Amino acid sequence: MLAKVSHWFDDRLALSGIRELMAHKTVPVHSATRWYYFGGITLFLFGVQVVTGTLLLFYYRPTVAEGFDSVRFIMTRVEFGWLIRSIHSWSANLMIFAAFVHMFSVVFTHAYRPPRELTWASGIVLLGLLLGFGFSGYLLPWNQISYFATKVGADVAASTPGIGPSIARILRGGEDVGAPTLTRFFALHVMVLPMITAALVVFHVLLVQKNGMSTPPWVPASGVRQMKFFPNFFLREAMVWYGTLAVLGALAAIFPWELGEKADPFASAPKGIRPEWYFLAQFYTLKLLPSHVWFIEGELLGLAGFGILAVGWALLPVWGVRDSGEARTRLVSGVGIFLATYLVVFTILGYLK
Amino acid sequence: MRLPLLFLIVPALLYSEPAKDNCVVCHTVMEGPIQRPALLIKDDVHSANGLSCADCHGGDRSSDDPSVAMNKAKGFVGKPSRKAIPELCAKCHSSPDLMRRYRPRQRVDQFELYKTSVHGKRLAAGDENVATCVDCHSVHDIRAVKDALSPVHPLRIPDTCGRCHSDAKRMAKYGIPTNQVQEYRTSIHWNAVFKGGDLSAPTCVSCHGNHGAKPPQVESVAAVCGSCHVLFEQLYQKSPHQPIFSAAGGGGGCIVCHSNHGIHLPSTAMLVGPKAVCAQCHEPSTAGANAALKMGGWLDSLGASLTHSKEVLARAESSGMEVSEAQTRLLEGQDDLIKAEVALHSFHPEEMHKPIEAGLAVADETLRAGQAALKEKDFRRFGLAISALFIAITVVALWLLIRRTEMNGSGYVTVPPKN
Repeated sequence: MLAKVSHWFDDRLALSGIRELMAHKTVPVHSATRWYYFGGITLFLFGVQVVTGTLLLFYYRPTVAEGFDSVRFIMTRVEFGWLIRSIHSWSANLMIFAAFVHMFSVVFTHAYRPPRELTWASGIVLLGLLLGFGFSGYLLPWNQISYFATKVGADVAASTPGIGPSIARILRGGEDVGAPTLTRFFALHVMVLPMITAALVVFHVLLVQKNGMSTPPWVPASGVRQMKFFPNFFLREAMVWYGTLAVLGALAAIFPWELGEKADPFASAPKGIRPEWYFLAQFYTLKLLPSHVWFIEGELLGLAGFGILAVGWALLPVWGVRDSGEARTRLVSGVGIFLATYLVVFTILGYLK
Repeated sequence: MRLPLLFLIVPALLYSEPAKDNCVVCHTVMEGPIQRPALLIKDDVHSANGLSCADCHGGDRSSDDPSVAMNKAKGFVGKPSRKAIPELCAKCHSSPDLMRRYRPRQRVDQFELYKTSVHGKRLAAGDENVATCVDCHSVHDIRAVKDALSPVHPLRIPDTCGRCHSDAKRMAKYGIPTNQVQEYRTSIHWNAVFKGGDLSAPTCVSCHGNHGAKPPQVESVAAVCGSCHVLFEQLYQKSPHQPIFSAAGGGGGCIVCHSNHGIHLPSTAMLVGPKAVCAQCHEPSTAGANAALKMGGWLDSLGASLTHSKEVLARAESSGMEVSEAQTRLLEGQDDLIKAEVALHSFHPEEMHKPIEAGLAVADETLRAGQAALKEKDFRRFGLAISALFIAITVVALWLLIRRTEMNGSGYVTVPPKN
C-alpha cells in the first residue's frame, strides 16, 4: 500500500530524483566541519521566526492606539502567548548572531571562492535583510525604548548624503516616527521582507546544493573524507537544532522578553537610549566621530565609511581571490580578524558606554 | 502729579534713541561706594528696559556737568529716604498703564498690599528698621523674580526673609521668634522646593504673602493651608476640632497638629504611639483616643497591605513576569490610601471606612495577581525542565542512532576535495 502511494507521488513529483540527490549528497569531514552547522542553525531559527511570527499575527494589531496593548494582551492573556513572543524575540537575536557566525566561518574557511561568489553575495544580502527584520520588528511593540531607538535609527538614515532625507521620509511615512511608521514597518516586517528573504533563502540553499559544501584550502588535495548528508549529517544537524530549541526555550522561560512602557512621543527620551546590539558597533563608531573631519560632517563620513565597507565586503570574492581562483588567505583572514574584532570590541564598548 | 510724569517718561522710553547716561558714565570711573551702583545696574531689569538712574533719583542724565545733572531744579532727589522708597517704586509699579507696556500680566497692587502689612504699617509709624521694597528686591541690581539670582526667587526667599527674621538682635525689640527659617529647613515644604526642585511648593511668602506680609491670623491658618490643601481644609472646617482649635490661643487651625514652619511628613505616629499629637488632648480610652487608635490602625493596615502587594509584584516583575496591569491597579490602592488620609481630617472614622475598604480590596486583588504571576513563573520553570528533559532524551537518542549507523564506518567515503 505504502509503496503504491509512494509510486503515485513519484510519478507526479519525480521524487526519485530528490531521493537520488539525497543519497549521493555528502559533507566534507575536516577540522572546520562544525562551522557548517551555523548555516543550518540560521535557517532553523528563520523557520522558528516564521512560525512564531504567524502565531503573533493572530493577536497583534499594528496601530499606535492598540499596538502596545495587543502585545501586552499576548503576554498576559493569551495561552502561552508569553512563550511565543519571547521565543520570537530571542530567536530573532540568536538568528542574527548565528548569521554573523556563519558569515565569518565562510570568511575564515575561504568558502567564497569560485564558483560560490553568488552564494556569498546572496548571503550578505540575506544578512542585510535580517538586520532589516530586526529594525522593523523592534518598533512593533510600540514601547518607549523601541520608539526612541527607531527615531535615532531614522535620524541616522536621514543624514545619508543626498538620498538620506528621502529614505528617512519613506521609512517614517512623514517627518517623524508615528502612526504611518508603525503601519509601514509592520508591512515591511510581515510581508515585504519575508517574501524577499524566502526567495533569497531558496536561491542561497539551491546554490549550496548545486556547488556542494566548500572544503577549506588547508585540507590536503589528495582526498578528503566525506560524510553522507543523509542520514549521517542530517542526524547531527537534527541534534544541533534540538539543542538550539532547548536554548531558546530556556531563554524564553527564564528571561521572558520585556514589554516596557507604552511609547509616549511627548515624553523625553529614556536615558541611555541605544539600538539593538547588532547596530551597537556602528552606533558607537558614529558617536566617537568628531562633529567635523576637515570640512565633512563626522556622521556623514561614518555612514559613507559603512557604505563603502558593506560594498567592499560584498565584493570579497573579487578582491579576495587570485586570478588562478585561489583565495588570498592571509589578506582575507587578516581583514576578517580585524572586522570581527572591531565588531566585538565596539559592540561591548557601545553597551558599556 | 503722576500723569504729567508719565507723559514725560513713556514717550522718552519708547520713541527715542537711548540717550547717553552720564550718571553711569561718571560713577563708573569713581571709586568706593559711589561707584558700586553704576557697576550693579548692568544686571538691573529696569536698566534692561531702558530706565536709568535719573528715573528714580531724578536729575538730568544727559548732562555731564554734575552741577546740572544733580541739580534739585532738575528734580534730583539723591538717595531717597527709607520711608519714601515704597512710594517711589509705586510711582511706576502702581500704574496699570505703564506696567502694561513692560509686564502686562504683572499686578499693580504691591504698594496697597504693602501698606496693609506689618512692614508697611510700622514704616508708616516711623520705624525705618522694617523691610521696604529694596530690602527684599535689592537696590541697583533688581532682577526679575524668575531670575534665579534674584533675592526673591523661590530658592532664595528663605535666606532673604531670614536675613532679618533670623537676626536675634534685630528682632529683639519686636519680641518675635527667630527660628522660623531654621525650622522651615527641616520641613517637607523645604524638601519639596530645595530637594525636589518644585518651585510651586511653599516658601515663606506662599503662606505669609509677599507685599502684604503678615502672619496668618488664628481664623485664617486653615484658609492659608487650604489654598493648596483644599480638601483637607474643607473637611477640617466641618470637623469637631474646628471650633475648639479656633477658640484656643497660640495659632490654632492646622498648626495645632502639624506645627507651622517645621511641618514634617505626616504619619500614623501622629495618631497612635508615644508621639501621637491626639494624645496631647485626648486621654487614653476616651472616645477621641479610641477613634484615633482606630483610624491609625486602618491606615497602618492599608499601608502595610499595599506595601506587601507591591513587594510581591516587584518580585514577580524581577522574575520577568508581566505584571504591569496589576501595578497600575495598585496605584488606585495608593489613591485610596491618600483619600483615607484626606478623610481623616473630618475626624469621623466612618468617613475613612469607604476608601480604606476600597484600598484593601485593591491590595488583595493585586496581591493575588502577584502570587499568581509567581506561581506561573514556577510553572514555566517546571515546563522548561520537562521540555529540556525531552529534548535531552531526543538528542541522546539521535546520538545513539548516529553511533549505531556509523558503527562500521558506514556513511563515510573519501573523494577528491572541491574548492
